[in-house]
Order: sequence, then structure tokens, then C-alpha cells
Amino acid sequence: MYLTDEEKRTLDGNSGPGNQKAMELLYALGKAFDAERLIPVSRAHVALSGQEGDTYWCGLLVDGGARCKVVPTTNPAWDVEGLSRRFDVTDDELELAVRTVDVYRRIGAELTFCCTPGLGTNVPLFGEHVAFSESSATPYVNSVLGARSNRESSVSALASAVIGKTPLYGLHLEENRKGDFLVVVEAAMKESYDWGILGWYVGRFAGSRVPVLRFRNLDRRPSVEDLLYLGAELNTSGAVPVYHIEGLTPEALSWPSVFKGKTPEAELIVGDRELKEQEETLSENKGPINLVMLGCPQYTYSQIRRVEELFKGRRVKDGVGFWILTSFDALELASRSGEKERLQESGVELVADTCIDEPCWKSFEGGLGMTDSPKCAYYRERRGQPFVIRRLSECVEAAVLGEVR
Amino acid sequence: MEKGTKTFSCRPIVSGKASGEAIVSEEPMCFYLCDPKTGEVIEKNHPLRGRSIAGKVLVLKSGKGSSVVQVDGFYQLWAKGNLPVAIIVKDTEPVLVSSAVVVSTVMVDRMEKDPFEVINDGDWVEVDAESGIVEVRPKEL
Repeated sequence: MYLTDEEKRTLDGNSGPGNQKAMELLYALGKAFDAERLIPVSRAHVALSGQEGDTYWCGLLVDGGARCKVVPTTNPAWDVEGLSRRFDVTDDELELAVRTVDVYRRIGAELTFCCTPGLGTNVPLFGEHVAFSESSATPYVNSVLGARSNRESSVSALASAVIGKTPLYGLHLEENRKGDFLVVVEAAMKESYDWGILGWYVGRFAGSRVPVLRFRNLDRRPSVEDLLYLGAELNTSGAVPVYHIEGLTPEALSWPSVFKGKTPEAELIVGDRELKEQEETLSENKGPINLVMLGCPQYTYSQIRRVEELFKGRRVKDGVGFWILTSFDALELASRSGEKERLQESGVELVADTCIDEPCWKSFEGGLGMTDSPKCAYYRERRGQPFVIRRLSECVEAAVLGEVR
Repeated sequence: MEKGTKTFSCRPIVSGKASGEAIVSEEPMCFYLCDPKTGEVIEKNHPLRGRSIAGKVLVLKSGKGSSVVQVDGFYQLWAKGNLPVAIIVKDTEPVLVSSAVVVSTVMVDRMEKDPFEVINDGDWVEVDAESGIVEVRPKEL
């Protein structure tokens, strides 16, 4: 791989050990993928996880003198101040969370703690080369906005933020962004939930190929939330950092050049029955619940409003937690506009800066949870809590009753 | 060069030099599913289940699993001193590369011969990722 003299000097350690490590990572990735050279990135998003390995890497770079050239936004960990008073966490877990915030602050990250950067805090334009980690954010900026990002890890996205560059390979090259196979969707897409189930179903077939979706029964244009749900699940059950929708997403407006070769026959046809079966295989069945958890990806302000409408002033049953995880700006809006207070009266809590996959939620483990997100259920199950996955209106009804019937 | 020793060219991914006994995995691995305290593979149904990769030269098909868990898996093994000393990869993928750089594990790929054909469990392997050379001394039978 070609490196400029300045890049070579960084690799040799002339700009300090932190920059050297970051450059070593980009150089190794570039070599592994036969990248011709490095190209500048204009934006980055780092999926900080609050796990040891990830925090160690950020500490290694910053203690070696590195600072971000491109200011990255960051994923949520958990709201240490608010939630450690509410829930049991160990000293080690608390210490790691505090240390994680500290190293990312020192390296110069913009601490948004938000997993939906493409909606407001870090929005690339069409054709912009960026380095976005976070499995729901990467497909959103690639597919919906038309920016160009590989499926970055938190580690590689941080290296790109430090150096301000990424190796030129994969989805930075036009030919690799084109569709590999066609999916025809006949199912009725009623709300974001259906897009999530569809994403999980298609992701399983896609592996790491690029799907192109054609909808037969779409009675309205999808919302931002619909597309977020689709991408989050495609890139969880599969490794799908980019998809296209015929006539809707920017790289699928001119048909048939969206495909790598000529337009293929439909490889997959998805109807209501397939989505119903997918829901049944993913979800637990029924029983008393101790938690409804919404916000994977973090809920938007309009989703918060929708929850209030569905409650119609009723209350969550005693003994059931109802948590909506949201972004700091949506929380602020809900606070100003009154939803936060009214939802609290219904027993619904809102929290910003927090991911579902964090130790602060362990007091609910052992019981049955409920969510509208297969991705939430997938990661919570690894921590020992099974989930029923249903559409939002059913989550609200179950919360009022205290059980899924 | 000792009798029976064979030398192959390879491509350095993460630089350094290391040598050790070979352990061969023709299946991809998720390093999160190794016990950090022993280096033992604990993944259900994995061909290396119950065997330790600590201190060995791992000949590996590829990586698998999300970036967060793979990086953390490498880190935990490294923190306890139970990583392989070097990894020879058949099918390189980005998360595996990133994880190896984070903890500076010597890594090479593109050996001139298929590593699964020329390296067996128990062979002594020297990996030189400075000059791009793998030396294999077959286990004495």
C-alpha cells in the first residue's frame, strides 16, 4: 500500500506512539484488503462499548499522545450518574464506566452517547467518505444518506478519527456498493416494527452481500425510524452495512444500474407469513414480564410521543419496569414539551446516554422482558434475560396488564 | 537450517517475530469464547474445544463474531498472558486484523503454500513478520 512521506513518518513513530498505533491499524487493514492508499474521512462515529478491550485501545492511543483530527461522535454506554443510584452495579463496573468516559473525553471525542448519529448529531452528505461504527448507524448513513463507510469496529473507527483517514477499500469504492441480490417484499409494512422483523429475516439470507429491496405493497414512504429499524436488524442477523430500496434510497433511484451485473431474478420473496414466522422463532411466547425496554436503536422524539398516545393515561402495572432509552436531544424535547412528565405519571421512565447492553440493567435479569426490537432481545439474551418481541402497541398493553397473554 | 525444516514466504499484517508449537484450527474462531485464565477454547462444537491456544502459533481459518466481543476477547487473553504468540491466517477479515493490532499479536497471511497443508499440530513454527517468512520444523514422529 502506498503511504505518503508524512504517513510513513507517523507509522515509524515520529508523531508519537499513540498516532503510531492508530496508523499501524489503518496500515494493517489497508494491506489486508489490498487498499491502494489512505483517503481522508470527514466524519467518524465510534461505537464505544464500555468493554475493557475497547477502553484499553482508546487509553493506549490517548496516553501515547494521540488526539482526534476528525472529531468523532460516540455511542452510549450508560448514564452513570442517574442509573447507578437506581440499580446495583459493582465497583468494577462503575470504575470501568468512569474510565471509559475519561479516555474518550481526553482523546477529543464529542460525547454524544447516541447510537443514531445520522439523525442529527453527525450527518454526512451524499458521497462523503466517513468511518462509522455501530451496527445500526453504518447502514443508515450508507444506504439512506448515501455516505460511504465500511463496516467499522469501534477500534478502527477511532483509529480513523485520530489519523483523519481510512484505507481505500470496500464500500469506499463505487463498484462494491452495488446490489448482489433482489428481495421482493409483498408483506404489509404497517409500522417500524415490521421493518425490523423484515431486516432480521433478510439479514440471515444476505450474509455479507448487498440486498436490493423492491416493495409491492407500500402505501406510504417509510419513515426515518422504519429505515433505522431495517438497517439495525439487517446488520445484526447478517453483516450488511449497505442496502438499497428501489426508487427510494439515493443509490437505487436509477434502475437497473443499482446491481453489480444485470438485474437478477428475485432470490427471496417475503410476505406476511414469513414475517410472522420470523417473529415466532425470534420471540419468547408469553408470561408475566418484569421489564419493557424500548430504544434499540435509541427512540426518537416522535416515537416517545407515540408511546404516550398508546398509554391513554393508563399506568404500568406495579412491579414492571418500563424504560425508554433515547438520545439526549430527544430527552430534552420530551422534557420541554411535557411528554416526559406525563409518561412518568404513567410509570414510564426515559433515560438518555444509555445502551440496552450494559451492566446497569442486571437487576431485571432472571425475569422475562419485552421489547419491539429483535436486536435488543439478541443482546439481552446473552446477558441472561429472555425477551418477548412484539409491536409497540402490544408492549404497552402488556405493561398495563403485567404480562403477555 | 535444520534437517526437515521448510521455509515459506508470507505477507506480514502485524509486525514482529515469534515462535512456538503449532495449533491448527480449520474453523474460524471467536476469541471471546476462550477462557482468558487458561487460553482454552470453550466454544461448543469447536474442533479445538478443550485445548489451549496460549503461547502457541495459531494457524487459523478466519475470525468470527462482532467487533466488540472479538476485540474484548483478544484483550482478555492478552491481559492474562494467554494469547497465541503469532497467528497465521488463511482468510483475513477486518475485525481479526483490528483485534491483533490492538494487542500487538504477530500476524501474517498469504503463505505461499496453503498453511493447512504444510503445518500440523505440534510442528515448531517460527514466524518472522519483519521479513515475511514462516519456518516450519515438523514434529518428530
